[in-house]
Amino acid sequence: MSAGHSSYVPSQGPMRWLDARLPLPRLLYDSFVAFPVPRNLNYAYTFGGILALMLAVQIISGVVLAMHYAANASLAFNSVESIMRDVNWGWLLRYMHANGASFFFIAVYLHMFRNFYYGSYKAPREVLYILGVVIFLLMMATAFMGYVLPWGQMSFWGATVITGFFTAFPFIGDPIQQLLLGGFAVDNATLNRFFALHYLLPFMIAGVVILHIWALHVTGQTNPTGVEIKSDRDTVPFTPHATVKDGLAMVVFLLVFAYFIFYMPNFLGHADNYVPANALKTPAHIVPEWYFLPFYAMLRAITFNIGPIDSKLGGVLVMFGSIIVLFFLPWLDTSRVRSTAFRPIYKIFFWIMIVDVIILGWLGSRPAEGIYPTLALIGTIYYFAHWLIILPVVGLIETPRRLPASISEAVLGPDLGVGTGTGKGAPPARAGAAPHNVA
Amino acid sequence: MNRLFAALLAAGVVLAPAAFAQQDNVTPAPSPDAATTTPSGEAGPAGGEAADHGAGDAAASGEHGTVHYPLKHPPELSWTFAGPFGHWDIAQLQRGYKVYKEVCSSCHSMDLVAFRNLSALGYEEGQIKAIAAEYTVQDGPNGDGDMFDRPAIGSDHFPHPFPNPEAAAAANNGAAPPDLSLIAKAREVERGFPTFLFDIFTQYNEGGPDYVHALLTGYGQDAPAGITIQPGTHYNPYFISGPALAMPPPLSDGQVTYDDGSPETTDQYARDVGAFLMWAAEPHLVERKATGFVVIIFLLVFAGLVYTVKKRVWAGAH
Repeated sequence: MSAGHSSYVPSQGPMRWLDARLPLPRLLYDSFVAFPVPRNLNYAYTFGGILALMLAVQIISGVVLAMHYAANASLAFNSVESIMRDVNWGWLLRYMHANGASFFFIAVYLHMFRNFYYGSYKAPREVLYILGVVIFLLMMATAFMGYVLPWGQMSFWGATVITGFFTAFPFIGDPIQQLLLGGFAVDNATLNRFFALHYLLPFMIAGVVILHIWALHVTGQTNPTGVEIKSDRDTVPFTPHATVKDGLAMVVFLLVFAYFIFYMPNFLGHADNYVPANALKTPAHIVPEWYFLPFYAMLRAITFNIGPIDSKLGGVLVMFGSIIVLFFLPWLDTSRVRSTAFRPIYKIFFWIMIVDVIILGWLGSRPAEGIYPTLALIGTIYYFAHWLIILPVVGLIETPRRLPASISEAVLGPDLGVGTGTGKGAPPARAGAAPHNVA
Repeated sequence: MNRLFAALLAAGVVLAPAAFAQQDNVTPAPSPDAATTTPSGEAGPAGGEAADHGAGDAAASGEHGTVHYPLKHPPELSWTFAGPFGHWDIAQLQRGYKVYKEVCSSCHSMDLVAFRNLSALGYEEGQIKAIAAEYTVQDGPNGDGDMFDRPAIGSDHFPHPFPNPEAAAAANNGAAPPDLSLIAKAREVERGFPTFLFDIFTQYNEGGPDYVHALLTGYGQDAPAGITIQPGTHYNPYFISGPALAMPPPLSDGQVTYDDGSPETTDQYARDVGAFLMWAAEPHLVERKATGFVVIIFLLVFAGLVYTVKKRVWAGAH
């Protein structure tokens, strides 16, 4: 796709001058103007651009907040409140940043949903996909440390619980925890290093994002049919087509984001974080932010010892495993067909998995009592069964639906009419057309 | 397919009893912490009350399931600052401030609010100076190295009723009364499914002031059978972390004189102080909502324009 040298020459003199010395104009032109994208992309494919926007929003609002924030255990809580009260537009910056984290995760989960549904992780996009999982892990670390900074009750006790995970590992666990905390308990040293890391990690994310986009431009984008690009007829140039479509999706996403910032700014947070951190008083229920709830449910689902592994280590392993398993997806999926849209059996299991994760999220918000841990255990078993058993097995036994011969056939109909504005629906079946996109 | 289902079912059936069997051995993690944390507890639980709680919860979860507090959900009131066009009722905020000043402030501090902030309540600069001057604060050291007392000025924050948290705890049965600056955002009774989803669309954000009002008017009821009230605590079904709290009923009818003819009832006091505490917790609330309206309108128009462009760009593509 973007392989080979570009023949682009900037039209303006200064740009030509720069391009001859550093081909940055050429790189940007090839990546964001001429780059061919499948003409059948739907709005599920707009979340990559939205995520780039959210990363920028978080970094910019975060840098300004850092100018007013004091990373000190005795000052942090009140410095956040002074941002809310006395800094000009401070309330907007802070609500933007706090809700921005939530909306970053909303976007990343929808981005991942699209990836799983359309099989975007399958060859030849394994590295692109794995970089995405790395970004997700970095995001989780960044979000967790950011949540600690206001130094409220949930900040403090969330940090205590999550750093406590590491003590589950034999021998190395305690030293790791002490290194993270800078001591034996969550305290000023913890807050200081979390602030430093919270400032650092977004730039690491930005670095991996560049690799992620680079890999994308090598393999090209997938599309809802899963059929690879076969001719120029299958694509449209990134600008203006994808630019304006991504732009529209961004504005609509910002609308929802703005609704929460201005009208429901504390809906996604927890009231206990407006109580200053107190090491002597444990909150009734320690719950993480909503975007961690499915993983928290899996952590708490393991309430029993398995041989030498006690319940705590078991829970931690299951929680980390729930993300580590995602790294192996490209090789666990045995299907010849990428897109779930053409996989009638897998489609059912796919939606069950989505429901399972949502239920796990709900269970993560419940106290660990009564029937909840058992339900969480069943949900956890199903989660792993989906990736480790259902995904490989269904790919082998399932007969996929007939694929369109090409993207342009899927969009324009088998007659390949161009520009008629008709035939957007599925093409009529043609006898003898075999699946073309053997992955 | 069938084999898959069978395998999954079997796995579930095998593991579920294992999980059940382990339930009994699991001690709820928070209970030891709860027992050690009593002295600096918040408003409510006095002395050993919080510890009893932890133990009570632990015992209850073994057989009957944990008791969840509050026992009653706060009723939803209508507040002027609710909704997309929410605004302060300035007279109500002034009444609420009066209630805070004459009643609450004898025990509860309000660290984050300065006298100068009272301009948002409609007080003129001169009035604020006069209000501040009623208080004496310690300043210094002066040129001679001595601390000295002076009347408060606009930039001073509301003075503390007690010299330090220990004194506050000692004077209040062992539990220091919480600071009220953020109380309207720091107390939120869980709404439950599916109400919390509807809240997104109804813009229900008033859980804090609703809670304040419910708590202040929730005294004086008889505790249901089976609930033991520790000596020195007061039954209140709206209290968020137990059946009873250390704070005695703070309000009574006619306690605070209103100049504007509003009813001098406990209910009205509780509403007014709830609104005042919401203002104290979120002084930019109205500004936020007004800005939001402009932002949303802008984004709607902008989305419409981008949509039109998008239609035109893609018109030739399919």
